[in-house]
Amino acid sequence: MTEQMPQASNKKLIIRLVAIIGGMFLFAFALVPLYNVFCDITGINGKTRGQALYQDEKIDKKRVITIEFLTNINRGMPWEFKSMVKSMKVHPGELNEVRFYAKNRSKFDIIGQTVPSVAPGQAALYLNKTECFCFDQQPLAAGEEAEMPMKFYIDADIPDDIHRLTLSYQLFNITEAAKAGSVATK
Amino acid sequence: MGDHHPTGIKRWLYTTNHKDIGSMYLWFSFIMFLIGGAMAMVIRAELYQPGLQFVDPNFFNQMTTMHGLIMVFGAVMPSMVGLANWLIPMMIGAPDMALPRMNNWSFWILPFAFTLLLSSLFMEGGAPNFGWTFYAPLSTTYGPPSTDFFILGVHMMGISSIMGAINVIVTVFNMRAPGMTLMKMPLFVWTWLITAFLLIMVMPVLAGVVTMMLTDRHFGTSFFDAAGGGDPVMFQHIFWFFGHPEVYIMILPAFGVVSEIIPAFSRKKLFGYSSMVYATASIALLSFIVWAHHMFTTGMPVAGELFFMIATMLIAVPTGVKVFNWVATMWQGSLTFETPMLFSIAFVILFTIGGFSGVMLAMAPVDFQYHDTYFVVAHFHYVLFPGAIFGTTAAVYYWLPKWTGKMYNETSGKIHFWLSMVFVNLTFFPMHFSGLAGMPRRIPDYNMMFADFNMWASIGAFGLGLTQIYFLVTIIVAIRSGKPAEQKQWDGASGLEWDALPSPAPYHTFDTPPKVN
Repeated sequence: MTEQMPQASNKKLIIRLVAIIGGMFLFAFALVPLYNVFCDITGINGKTRGQALYQDEKIDKKRVITIEFLTNINRGMPWEFKSMVKSMKVHPGELNEVRFYAKNRSKFDIIGQTVPSVAPGQAALYLNKTECFCFDQQPLAAGEEAEMPMKFYIDADIPDDIHRLTLSYQLFNITEAAKAGSVATK
Repeated sequence: MGDHHPTGIKRWLYTTNHKDIGSMYLWFSFIMFLIGGAMAMVIRAELYQPGLQFVDPNFFNQMTTMHGLIMVFGAVMPSMVGLANWLIPMMIGAPDMALPRMNNWSFWILPFAFTLLLSSLFMEGGAPNFGWTFYAPLSTTYGPPSTDFFILGVHMMGISSIMGAINVIVTVFNMRAPGMTLMKMPLFVWTWLITAFLLIMVMPVLAGVVTMMLTDRHFGTSFFDAAGGGDPVMFQHIFWFFGHPEVYIMILPAFGVVSEIIPAFSRKKLFGYSSMVYATASIALLSFIVWAHHMFTTGMPVAGELFFMIATMLIAVPTGVKVFNWVATMWQGSLTFETPMLFSIAFVILFTIGGFSGVMLAMAPVDFQYHDTYFVVAHFHYVLFPGAIFGTTAAVYYWLPKWTGKMYNETSGKIHFWLSMVFVNLTFFPMHFSGLAGMPRRIPDYNMMFADFNMWASIGAFGLGLTQIYFLVTIIVAIRSGKPAEQKQWDGASGLEWDALPSPAPYHTFDTPPKVN
């Protein structure tokens, strides 16, 4: 007898609840760009930005910052990959160059991709690269070797409490992904 | 009786009755509890002594993973839904759940979901072995082939939970008897309403994250793969955005249960009813802004660690309000100590211990030391076993007379309680010490210095396992040959289920809504 009333309001409530559920499912996917934008602005996940321009940076001769270079090779990547210097002492604002060495020790042509990461994370915002092999994929033929340059400067606005930072490169084998076209070329 | 329903297996397959479905949920969760418990026995047998004795490390990892998944999604969550099905309509004076057919469906998905998940144990490459938190890239790049069965299983149990939650919300909003205002609802109904909202907010996020795993594994996306521009740390952020509210999903209904039982055996009204409601709601809201306290060691900036540390500690305030109110309810009451009350008091004490170790873990600087050690294992088992499981056990003893019309044997119940109390502490307390001394979790072998703690924990675990069999026997004996229960079995009990319904509660109740003053 009283079935009619609740039936109608049930429907309305259920539609609202299902909308919340659908919204939250989409929100999970929205978290991906949100996370990337948030990290890009705050720099907290240690990802460096794209290519920077070097023009009339003021050089802070009083400060010296030690920058260390790390290289890691991911599973299934038969390359040699290292930084030609272990670390450098630099002044904020000055343009520096480091060279990295890579050699394909396998009998196959392989495409590599390096992914940079900076620790501490906040320092990533102040590390500007004017030229980097990490901006591109690195195809090396079997047995081929290469010297890869990277030019960078540290922004003079870098917080005073950062005296030392680490720039690490992880090298991935993306041969198959690159052929399939599923990896975006930057 | 005029009840018109099919008999035999068809009764259970086709039923839309909230009492039948509640019973099926409870029995299902108990079976899962025994299966997950058997896996815990394998883990503790391997850890009884240092060195590798019984299982190889990969199988050990499968056991820790499956134990966690089965207990969280198969035992604790369905047991709470079972209680909700049985109790919410009786407590608010409704004839049934609002959406009875969906109710049937949400239960019957579960056996299939868990068959799928458990079948992975027999597959080539073994079951999922990356821990119940299934962090990428362990579960994406390095996951065994059976990971896809795990993903589908999680999707199915997620759908089941979401439908259960919709049902609770619609029932509570639209089916209350006249006069049953929101602030007159029993606290168990309140805690479940809030839990249901948590469920519909976070289960879709879990579905999202496993979907991303699936596309990363098979469809060439790179959500969590750094080589393709993704970020494995992002997995942890999305997972814990689900994961932290999830822990409150498992505990809030248990809060509701003890908030019913403690007043009944103290023969007083619950102290601070409205503050309990607000405290529960605050815990639920805060649970959305604390997720990264699981990730202090991922290299967060100091500002982030401070924020998540302080937000986490804030949760201690509403939780403290609740513990205070339970104690204040007992204060100067005329207490008796029947089995449900014993489990509830143990709940308050042991859950508080788990809460304290939680506050310790919330401190970012010390968490670096405790992270991924047995201290964490001790912490979450203290809030889950004496928390969620003692809560459910107390509920089963308390409402069994109403459900079945039979009384359990009080002596058996008390023996069950004391066995549980001794063994739960023997199992999990030493883990605090081995964790503080640095024993990492999820390993099959360990340093000699942890041998004694682990032997105690293993002995406790075997005892705790056997205690569950004793529990099963006690309940079956009660159902088959227990003494008939009275309508109001507990003289201090209150609520529509005791005041307006006989024991056992008839198959159909409240066809005409009761009057609530």
